[in-house]
Amino acid sequence: MKSFTGQALRWDWHDGIIELTLDRPPANEIGTVMLAELEKFVDAAKQLAPETAACVVTGAQKSGFCAGADLRELYHRSIELEPNLRAEGVRDFLEHIHAVLNWLDAAPFVTIAAVHGVCFGGGLELALVCDVIVADKMARFAFPELRLGLIPGFGGIPRLKRDLGNGFVRDLLLTGRSVNATRAQAVGLVAQLAAEGEALQIAHATAAQVTKFDAATRAAAKKFIKPVLYEELRREIEIFCDLFTRPAVMAGLKKFVENTGPMPYQP
Amino acid sequence: MPMLENTTQEVLSLAEKHFNLAPGSLSPNDDFFKKLGIDSLQTLELLSRLENHFNIELPDYEVQGVSDFKTLAERIQSRL
Repeated sequence: MKSFTGQALRWDWHDGIIELTLDRPPANEIGTVMLAELEKFVDAAKQLAPETAACVVTGAQKSGFCAGADLRELYHRSIELEPNLRAEGVRDFLEHIHAVLNWLDAAPFVTIAAVHGVCFGGGLELALVCDVIVADKMARFAFPELRLGLIPGFGGIPRLKRDLGNGFVRDLLLTGRSVNATRAQAVGLVAQLAAEGEALQIAHATAAQVTKFDAATRAAAKKFIKPVLYEELRREIEIFCDLFTRPAVMAGLKKFVENTGPMPYQP
Repeated sequence: MPMLENTTQEVLSLAEKHFNLAPGSLSPNDDFFKKLGIDSLQTLELLSRLENHFNIELPDYEVQGVSDFKTLAERIQSRL
C-alpha cells in the first residue's frame, strides 16, 4: 500500500521515499490507535522496502514531533483494571510497540526523523530508532518518565546508550529535564539542525541524497554500524513491567492527567 | 558578565518581540503566564528562545515555579 490515511497517521510513497506523518491531536501521543496504525505501516513498509531508499518520519501537529505515550489513555485503561492485571495490559502494548520500533531500527532503508517542537518520552524513542535526526532549532528532547515512577519503555535507554555518551544519558534520564536542539546536536543525538519550520524540507533533501547510493551497500553499512540490542530491549520491558505494579505509578499518572500547570512533565 | 538589570531587559524585549507586544509593555514583576496567557508548549518554546538567545542551558527544574520575569532573569544570570 503506497499511501494511507488513518486516524493517527498517514504515509505516502513517492520516488523511493516514504513520508510517514504522525497526525493526532494534541501532540501525536502514541496510544492504541497510533500503535495499530504504526503496525499497519510496518506491514506496508516491508512490502515497499525493495523499492524504498529512505523514510522520513515527521509530525503534523504544531505542538511537535511527538509528546510520547498517550498517558491519559494509559491511566484510564489501567484504572479500570484490577491492580494485578495492569502490568499485563502494559506488557502487551510494549511487546507490540517494541516489534514496530525494532523493525524500524533495522529497516533496510534509511530512516530520517524530522523533529520540531516537543520530542518527549516515546516520541524521543521513535526518533531514536531513526538513522538520522534532523531537528528544528526550537525542538526539545526529554525523557520525563521518572516523574511517573517509570523508566522509558519503548527502547529508550538501550538506544540512548548505543548512540550517546553515558554522562549525557544519565543527565537526561535522571533529571527528566528537557534539552534544546543545539545541545542535542552537541552530544550527537541530533545529526542536522534546521531553521525554524525547515526540518521536514531538510529531511527530504537528506533522503534524496541517500537514494543515490546502491541499496545493498547502504543496507550493509547500516547493519554494520547500528546493531539492535534485543537482549537489553527485552530487559527494559521486564523492568518497566515490574515498576508498573507499584502504587506510585498510578499516583504519578493521575497527577499528570489532572495537571493543568505549565510544566506537566515535571514532578 | 552583564548586570542583572540588563539581562532582565533582554528577557522582556525578547518576550515582547516573540509575542508581538509593544516595546515597554512588559515589566520585571509581571506574571508571564497571566500576562502572556501561555500554555505548557509555549512555555517550552519560550525556554528554547531564551536558551538560544543567551547561549545557555536552563534546566526545566530551575524555572519550575518561576512566574515573573525578574526571577526568570535571575535564573538566567546564574548561568551566564
